[in-house]
Amino acid sequence: MIPANFDYHRPASVDEAVGLIEQYGDDGAILAGGHSLIPMMKLRFATPGHLIDLKALDELRGIEDTGADIRIGAMTTQAELRASAVAAEACPILAETVDVIADPQVRNMGTLGGNVANGDPGNDMPAVMMALGAIYVLRGPGGERETPANGFYKGIFDTERAANELLVAIRVPKPPAGHGYAYKKLKRKVGDYATAAAAVILALEGGACSHAAIALTNVGPTALNAGDAAKSLIGTSVDGEAQARAAELAMEICDPVSDMHGPVEYRRNMAGVMTYRAIAEALGRAKGG
Amino acid sequence: MAKTDIKLTINGEEVEATVEPRMLLIYLLREHLGLTGAHIGCETSHCGACTVDLDGKSVKSCTVFAVQASGGEVMTVEGLANGAELHPLQAGFAEEHGLQCGFCTPGMLMRTYRLLEDNPNPSEDEIRVGISGNICRCTGYQNIVKAVRHAMRELGHKEATE
Ligand SMILES: Cc1cc2nc3c(=O)[nH]c(=O)nc-3n(C[C@H](O)[C@H](O)[C@H](O)COP(=O)(O)OP(=O)(O)OC[C@H]3O[C@@H](n4cnc5c(N)ncnc54)[C@H](O)[C@@H]3O)c2cc1C
Ligand code: FES
Ligand code: FES
Repeated sequence: MIPANFDYHRPASVDEAVGLIEQYGDDGAILAGGHSLIPMMKLRFATPGHLIDLKALDELRGIEDTGADIRIGAMTTQAELRASAVAAEACPILAETVDVIADPQVRNMGTLGGNVANGDPGNDMPAVMMALGAIYVLRGPGGERETPANGFYKGIFDTERAANELLVAIRVPKPPAGHGYAYKKLKRKVGDYATAAAAVILALEGGACSHAAIALTNVGPTALNAGDAAKSLIGTSVDGEAQARAAELAMEICDPVSDMHGPVEYRRNMAGVMTYRAIAEALGRAKGG
Repeated sequence: MAKTDIKLTINGEEVEATVEPRMLLIYLLREHLGLTGAHIGCETSHCGACTVDLDGKSVKSCTVFAVQASGGEVMTVEGLANGAELHPLQAGFAEEHGLQCGFCTPGMLMRTYRLLEDNPNPSEDEIRVGISGNICRCTGYQNIVKAVRHAMRELGHKEATE
């Protein structure tokens, strides 16, 4: 399992990195933690002639509370995100998600930026970013722009990011204080991608649901925003009936494939079960349980 | 494609090499440097047999290019013992039958070494989660957990008497 050869670059600044990405175009690939890219290169599904390693770019690391948001540098590893007090305080679903991604060694190398930029529907963070309404900060030769996680994913390995753009950071708007959250993932074993998974964020006001977001992992060509399912919870007490209805609506938008995780019908059903369980858990947490 | 000069510290010694950028760290260790402690089990980042320490973190060296490790510090199982004196984890694995065929052992040792460096007093759960990226085909993990506890006692004992 030896990848095709390539030239290795380790730019010392973001500008230099952007310049190299522009220079090598389709023959270049950005290397973050490498734990999606290197496996693809070993299989020769990816054969870039130039790897642009972001390793030296400390300005792309770190987690910062900016008031309304937490801003997470693209090169922040999953393990660093798991250990962050800032993230745990404002947005505990992030740590809950990291814990069901791969294993400790992979999380030491794998970055948040790589996980969300990759465009693999099996990655867990895209759905969580959709549920959180996160914003991706991209930098290209013409400067910086921001684009929402919702709408970023167009198809398998096809995203809104232009080939000459670098993802520099992810802005996560803080969910309402006291919100409930859950990421429920069905997998066959440690290190497995989801058979189906659901991210839920919700908030209550006077016992009624005032805010809800639901997104699904690995049951379609991209992570899916289950907007109708989330809307159906608003104004309800999120009782069993409301939970079941939302799970039904979430299942309706699923378009999984049959593979080693199971047949289409099973995976769609499991997306419903994960949604149902995630809502129930989020509700308990919103109530302070 | 150009070969690249790399320079890194391995088990405390400075190493320089000129490698193809595509060379994985595990091959640098095993084939260029003759450090055959770290094993190749799956070569697909799943089994953990290739686990080494890179800059104070456990990584799977089959999924890191040697060029990525340039400038860094690597520790392999060869660096664990102090001369003829086994590391308490190595002694623990021997004492508690923490291995049968031994194929997973170098990875298990390096992973549990880092686990105890980060958290000297892990619960049984934390040990099991800590080694969840390392597969053992033989032991059923029970004795590996016992071996780690053995080492914890030993290390605790050392601290208490030093
Ligand atoms: C055994 C194993 C199990 C795994 N299980 C899971 C799992 O359960 N869930 C899960 O979500 N993931 C899983 N992964 C994938 C892992 O989380 C990856 O680390 C992650 O998907 C990619 O992050 P990376 O930093 O390694 O990115 P890389 O592999 O370096 O890059 C991935 C892609 O994103 C691009 N890219 C990276 N950073 C940027 C950037 N800043 N700007 C623009 N483009 C960029 C790269 O060019 C590449 O195309 C697993 C991996 C392994 C090896
Ligand atoms: S050989 Fe690296 S994880 Fe199996
Ligand atoms: S001792 Fe044989 S694989 Fe672990």
